[in-house]
Amino acid sequence: MDNNTNYSEDLKVIKKVMEESSRFLSLSGLSGLFAGLIAFAGATVVYLVILKNKILLTEEYFTGVTEKESRILKTELIAVLALVLILAIVVSLYFSYRKSLRKDLKMWTPVSKRLLISMLIPLVTGGIFIIILYIQNQWMLVVPAMLLFYGLALVNASKFTYSEVFYLGLIEILTGLLCTIFPVYGLVFWCFGFGLLHIGYGLTMYRKYEG
Amino acid sequence: MRVEISGLNKLFENRVRLGIMSVLTVNDSYDFNNLKAALGVTDGNLASHLKALEENNLIRVNKRFIGRKPNTSYSITETGAQLFRTHLKALEDIIRSQ
Repeated sequence: MDNNTNYSEDLKVIKKVMEESSRFLSLSGLSGLFAGLIAFAGATVVYLVILKNKILLTEEYFTGVTEKESRILKTELIAVLALVLILAIVVSLYFSYRKSLRKDLKMWTPVSKRLLISMLIPLVTGGIFIIILYIQNQWMLVVPAMLLFYGLALVNASKFTYSEVFYLGLIEILTGLLCTIFPVYGLVFWCFGFGLLHIGYGLTMYRKYEG
Repeated sequence: MRVEISGLNKLFENRVRLGIMSVLTVNDSYDFNNLKAALGVTDGNLASHLKALEENNLIRVNKRFIGRKPNTSYSITETGAQLFRTHLKALEDIIRSQ
């Protein structure tokens, strides 16, 4: 019956419009995958170049050298982490942009603005918090703080994008708390939280929504 | 306002109107240009449907200035939300009963 197909078309339109206007669906699984790979690359650089094949981030490692060397090492460490962050953001935006073109979605909408604001509040707070930690020489807590604030940002932003982001956020928070208890394993937790979790999340999302 | 026995509302027979009501159901408010982009319709088409919905008290219009530019945003009224829910339920019922 013609009317009937019209009704089911109506429902499809309603569902599509509601979803697209309330959730940012351009977020690509590939963004997660590549963000994870970049995090691993960053950790590898830290492990090989800065820590020179040591896995543990300990205070002793930095006290065994002169004041100046220790400052250089810590600065290098922060520089790698910052570079990883910037690269991951650029790559995520690139893949989201690609997906938005392919699926004919708009990137810059009221919902993507809300998503951005709800992510940025915890992230910027975290960023400032981390700078303060670093200045006060509490740098052992830098990685835990990164994981915690990132997790909180994801949980906060999840209502404006795929609901899976909520669970990713919860696991990041849990990882951050564990890392606070065992800060010497910061590099390992970093690899798990920013590397493995992102790769797992990215692949799952890609297969589920884009495959 | 005519509501058919099936529960379907004549006012929502048009796709653009369905789209407007859908956007406003899940968003507190939405402005004209963003609505236009979300639904992919022309200015005139969107304006006429918005007018019809407004006249029937299904949506509310908020006009204000952002800087010097006028900005018109829309939100759903209590009546609008209720009627749209009824319409949605009727649509679902019809499809399920087939």
